[in-house]
Amino acid sequence: MDGIKTLADLKKKQEEVRSRIDLRNRAESPESIVQVKVAMATCGIASGAKEVMEYFVEELDKRSIDAVVTQTGCMGYCFAEPTVEITMPGKEPMVFGYVNARKADEIIERYIKEGELVDGIIPQNYNTI
Amino acid sequence: MSQYNTHLLVCAGTGCHSSESSLVYEMLRDEIMRKGLDKDVQIIRTGCFGFCEKGPIVKILPDNTFYTQVKPADAKEIVDEHIIKGRKVTRLLYTDPETAEHILDSRHMGFYKKQLRIALRNCGIIDPENIDESIARDAYQALGKVLTGLTPQETTEVIKKSGLRGRGGAGFPTGLKWEFTARNKAVQKYVVCNADEGDPGAFMDRSILEGDPHSVLEAMAICGYCIGATKGLIYIRAEYPMAIKRLKIAIAQARELGLLGEHIFGTGFCFDISLKYGAGAFVCGEETALIHSMEGKRGEPSSKPPFPAQCGYLGKPTCVNNVETFANIPVIILRGADWFSGIGTEKSKGTKVFALAGKINNVGLIEVPMGTTLREIIFEIGGGVKNGKKFKAVQTGGPSGGCLTEKHLDTPIDYESLLAAGSMMGSGGMIVLDEDDCMVSVAKFYLDFIVEESCGKCAPCRIGNKRLYETLERITAGKGVQEDIEKLKNLGSVIKDTSLCGLGQTAPNPVLSTLGNFMEEYMEHVHDKKCRSGQCRNLLYYVISEENCIGCMACKRVCPTHAISGEKREVHQINQDICIKCGACMEKCQFDAISLQNDYPRVTVMANC
Repeated sequence: MDGIKTLADLKKKQEEVRSRIDLRNRAESPESIVQVKVAMATCGIASGAKEVMEYFVEELDKRSIDAVVTQTGCMGYCFAEPTVEITMPGKEPMVFGYVNARKADEIIERYIKEGELVDGIIPQNYNTI
Repeated sequence: MSQYNTHLLVCAGTGCHSSESSLVYEMLRDEIMRKGLDKDVQIIRTGCFGFCEKGPIVKILPDNTFYTQVKPADAKEIVDEHIIKGRKVTRLLYTDPETAEHILDSRHMGFYKKQLRIALRNCGIIDPENIDESIARDAYQALGKVLTGLTPQETTEVIKKSGLRGRGGAGFPTGLKWEFTARNKAVQKYVVCNADEGDPGAFMDRSILEGDPHSVLEAMAICGYCIGATKGLIYIRAEYPMAIKRLKIAIAQARELGLLGEHIFGTGFCFDISLKYGAGAFVCGEETALIHSMEGKRGEPSSKPPFPAQCGYLGKPTCVNNVETFANIPVIILRGADWFSGIGTEKSKGTKVFALAGKINNVGLIEVPMGTTLREIIFEIGGGVKNGKKFKAVQTGGPSGGCLTEKHLDTPIDYESLLAAGSMMGSGGMIVLDEDDCMVSVAKFYLDFIVEESCGKCAPCRIGNKRLYETLERITAGKGVQEDIEKLKNLGSVIKDTSLCGLGQTAPNPVLSTLGNFMEEYMEHVHDKKCRSGQCRNLLYYVISEENCIGCMACKRVCPTHAISGEKREVHQINQDICIKCGACMEKCQFDAISLQNDYPRVTVMANC
């Protein structure tokens, strides 16, 4: 490992290593960034949720979007798996059904980046207590 | 560089370590390897999360899942269910004691809600054995900023303006201490970190050193720059092996990167740090005794002046600061004095770390802004008194502090208000006592500690405290007289006024504060020979119940002192004056007629007289 000889060296080093713990920094304030929740119950996994989740993780990172991708249990929309819930900062969560890699790409490009609604939204039809 | 999408943080503080967290870590790591998830899941060992009550803790990110009391056998289920299938392992989640609901996200735990973690900012977040993770969280940025942009005077000014005061207990303004040491000219000066944490039940400093050693190293270098020292020494007790190990690793890594050593950041500033081990004597937390101990002399204090700032380690100007004080420094430099002084009360700025212990639901390590009330700490963060018992008192400040009661619960905590209430800030131990605790015994416990730890140099402390202890022993044995109370008060204040160092000057505090707040309990012990909480064994009495006793004579026959009277088929009685409390009668009785009580029907005794 090279030594740190100047403050600029330290800043450079920090840039290099910062992304490694980004996940931990973000965990403290998830409201401020895009949250993607992939339903990963048996039904979701059987329909390919794992691949969708991996796609989101890789692509969001590649496209430099600050987001946190997590998995959740069954949302109840088993007919529409894989389902993905997206929460934009300051907005209500939005659930998308039948998400595959192509759909995921569309969601990232149009909903997450532009804020446009895309097909496949499952309206929330219940209340929770 | 590979990106992990899940981070598994396993607490590796001493508390969790002793409940097998290292085995949990190994099992989780092996399971992750076996399932081929090692590219996606990063598993690290962190410092203390603070929630020691329910350790070992495993936290999973990004969804902030907080698993408590994880056993090595749970590793497979966590990986199979949580990591692979995305279903939380409900039985390991923290359950809110009030609503009995599982808490899915640690940010919603009452324990963390009111906390503000500055000194503990990296504890439970980074791997303390990996300098990269510290650097990612701003380590050494403050040192760089200071060395390349500020003069020593300007830096000291920032610390002075921030209002930071010593976190070791006495609360001396840190900036002033630095200024005094800087003013004394000498070829060699020293920065000393006081990591001799000695209060019973306190583990703030240990947790900081174990969880974030670089924050302390960085701050020591900053202090060195300000006072003109090139050598730093950490005085740490040998009974903190894990903290020592992590400090050694941290120092080696910092040296390797050139963040300690010669010409740091390409400037003319050189600074290096080494460790000095203490044998764990309470008095060595006092700075002059600490310095003597480092020099290889007996750990005894000397009178001040001269202050260490003038004549300290090896006769050179020395600046001694506590671990927690140091941990605050880098953040103050980076965020500014105004940010720091915006937190806390008028005279006490910033936050304070407390170790919660005793009869409290959430035993652990917390950090709150100054000015938080005892009620918030004990009932909101601490989750209240264990087993629904009634709160009686809270002991703060360790053996030098005192006991605060119900009426002090709404006092905002800062250095002055605790002193005014008859206790002190101390290093941050907080022991909660409930209705089952006897205050005289509590005072005796601390005095016992003081008698053990007194170095013996000055008479008031060496002899006086011993006498105090003996008096308390008499009272708890039921042999106290009214004069004993007066003696405690008088002797206590003499010891306070005449002892040489801080240890002796504060040693009678536990007695004086319990005398002040719980006089009626002392009186009961002395006059009624009664201990209301049933802690003092000599003040418990074997009593025969009139309802259950059938007069079988069994107890009378086994009593070695013939203290039991009564004829066949008559209710028996125990003469308390000759009863030696051996318990033989209770063991023999087949009718549950004999019980141990903290009082006995005195009317009958009077009649016998």
